[in-house]
Amino acid sequence: MNIIKNHIHALLEKDQRLDGRKLDEIRKNITIEYGVSPNSAEGSARVKIGNTEVVAGIKFEVIEPYPDQPDKGTIMAGVELLPLSSPEFESGPPNIWAVELARAVVDRGLRESGAIDFKSLCIKKNEAAWAVIIDVYSMNDDGNLADAIGLCALAALKDAKFPKYDEKSKKVIYEERTNKGISLKEMPIPITVIKIKDKILVDPSLDEEECADARLTITTLEDGRVCALQKGEREPLTIEDVEKMIDLSIKKGKELRKLFK
Amino acid sequence: MYKKRSDGRKFDEIRPTQAKVGIIKRADGSAMFQIGKTIAIAAVYGPRELYPKFLQDHSKGILRCNYNMMSFSGSGERVRPGGSRRSKEISMLTESALSPVLDLSEFPGAVVDVFVEILQSDAGTRCAGICAAAMALADAGFNMKDLVSAVSVGRVEDKLVTDLDNVEEHYENEREVADIPVAIMPRTGKITLLQMDGICSKEQLSKALELAQEACKKIYAVQKKALTEKYKI
Amino acid sequence: MADLLVKDREIVVPGQDLATGMDFLPASGTFRDNDKIVATQLGSVSVNGRLIKIIPLNGRYVPKRGDVVIGKIMDMNFSNWFVDIGYANDAVLSSKEISVDYVEKGTDLSQYYDLGDYIVAGITNVSKLKLIDLTMRGPGLRKLTNGRIVRISSVKVPRLIGKEGSMISMIKEITECKIMVGQNGIVWINGPDGQKELLVVEAINLISEKTQEPNLTEKVKEFLETRKKENV
Repeated sequence: MNIIKNHIHALLEKDQRLDGRKLDEIRKNITIEYGVSPNSAEGSARVKIGNTEVVAGIKFEVIEPYPDQPDKGTIMAGVELLPLSSPEFESGPPNIWAVELARAVVDRGLRESGAIDFKSLCIKKNEAAWAVIIDVYSMNDDGNLADAIGLCALAALKDAKFPKYDEKSKKVIYEERTNKGISLKEMPIPITVIKIKDKILVDPSLDEEECADARLTITTLEDGRVCALQKGEREPLTIEDVEKMIDLSIKKGKELRKLFK
Repeated sequence: MYKKRSDGRKFDEIRPTQAKVGIIKRADGSAMFQIGKTIAIAAVYGPRELYPKFLQDHSKGILRCNYNMMSFSGSGERVRPGGSRRSKEISMLTESALSPVLDLSEFPGAVVDVFVEILQSDAGTRCAGICAAAMALADAGFNMKDLVSAVSVGRVEDKLVTDLDNVEEHYENEREVADIPVAIMPRTGKITLLQMDGICSKEQLSKALELAQEACKKIYAVQKKALTEKYKI
Repeated sequence: MADLLVKDREIVVPGQDLATGMDFLPASGTFRDNDKIVATQLGSVSVNGRLIKIIPLNGRYVPKRGDVVIGKIMDMNFSNWFVDIGYANDAVLSSKEISVDYVEKGTDLSQYYDLGDYIVAGITNVSKLKLIDLTMRGPGLRKLTNGRIVRISSVKVPRLIGKEGSMISMIKEITECKIMVGQNGIVWINGPDGQKELLVVEAINLISEKTQEPNLTEKVKEFLETRKKENV
């Protein structure tokens, strides 16, 4: 018998959570810091949701555009769950959870939302285009790394400035940074909602994550449209569940989006 | 003749430093150490169970260090994730720089894991990592004979310099540079890390080591302040 | 000539010189190097007559015989349970050491304690290789049902308990919660409602941050009384 799980269940029956939050309440202390590695990364940021902390950095590279998209650049997202951020993470190549976070939360959220105008990354049609490489690292896991990671990738993109590209030598001159940034057309905000028994909670803490029966990370845009979904954990969700979770995510997404203004 | 350093420092001057302790709540001990633009973050977990079991030493605990550079930490191209021969070498060096001060006889069969991540690199990363790791171990409450302070000293042309920056590390004329990372136990001045990349005479080397000891005194003061400040009333 | 180089209660770091001369005696957290006494741990200096020791500010739990700890059942075989008490290796609870008089050989042990259960156990032995034996025979030793678990550094447990239990009794009284503090820094809280339990958690965090401060019991009492009023 897991007494913590039992206790969470008992409190939930009264709509209470271990840390005193309401079911639809995100942690209060959320901070975004820009330019945490300004000398080396072309864009960087640190996000804290309570004690959960992640950092992200952007590196630009110049690539040959894909033949079927000759006038577009690309983005690549990577997530590493560092062993320094939790006793549960091991050294080694990104585990399956890190890969899921990179693909489902960062990549899909950015790509499907239309946040980045890939044509604006084109340098010379068919020949050269920018690849924006986003790397996110967990620094302290206190629950809900997914949302922290999604927010941090966004913040790092906001912070990014293109380096100079010398068309003659076809080289990126990292030492010279331009004043031009990536204009983000949208701000896709991920919100993770979990279901424990029949209750729906937002921004799960570490203990709550461990007893989650189902989890849904929903990325929404300013106008309320949904641009990415990722379900996890073992139990199924009803359509009503999903609709409730989406509504919650839109509402909370609006709150978090204010932090970027 | 090496006349002037690009940032105007004196030849025996270290770059501005900053340190903070207890920055990663889930770790048993943690610290950040910044020198110039180089930022190293270290976290300690342990003593904890060591897998695979055949690595266990039944007479004492073992220290295991892992040094990694974040892919965006280099000022040029992106660093490919997943470690390299260089990062493996530095992991081993970090371990041998810290082992002399640690007494892990109380924890037979266990492991103490030290993770060092470089958030931004501008030369002197392995030394910054060692400084951060030493603070993290102290923060975790381990029994240590001393702290460990580390800095790179060396030679650029005719001058002996302290705390080489990126420009000096990548000095145009390779034969006119010696880069010497040194780690020292501040109380006794004993050396726990010593490497050299480059060429210099025996006399220059002796003088450089003296410079290292002087510089480490300053670094030790920064480390000590960060550790004691966390608990000041 | 003996010289104290630091003040009582001063925070010192490993390698720091604490005293010179042969008059002082090195106790825990210090060692003698010729005529100097040197700190080996980050902590506060405690001078008691001629003894100098360091009270560490942080540190993993080091199991001692006689300690009462709270642990989690991680594994079991036909005659033992393996319990995580926050040390590098799991402690062992033999089926001969549980409160029921006799366990038949081959019984399914999970009917007594199952995986994931939290228990309050006593350490009966710590071998040289740090193999830890537990018992459930003893006053107050039991399986925990209900409640929540929080963690505090084991070196701060004495502060949480207080002189003759003064701090913990005061917290129990004001918050109306049942609290069990394991020497290993694992704390069990069970209260009449979530809000009161949270008061205990806040008090524990406060104690953890301000371990160094004098009059801590008074400060925590004041804090709790204020928070309790705010909650109503």
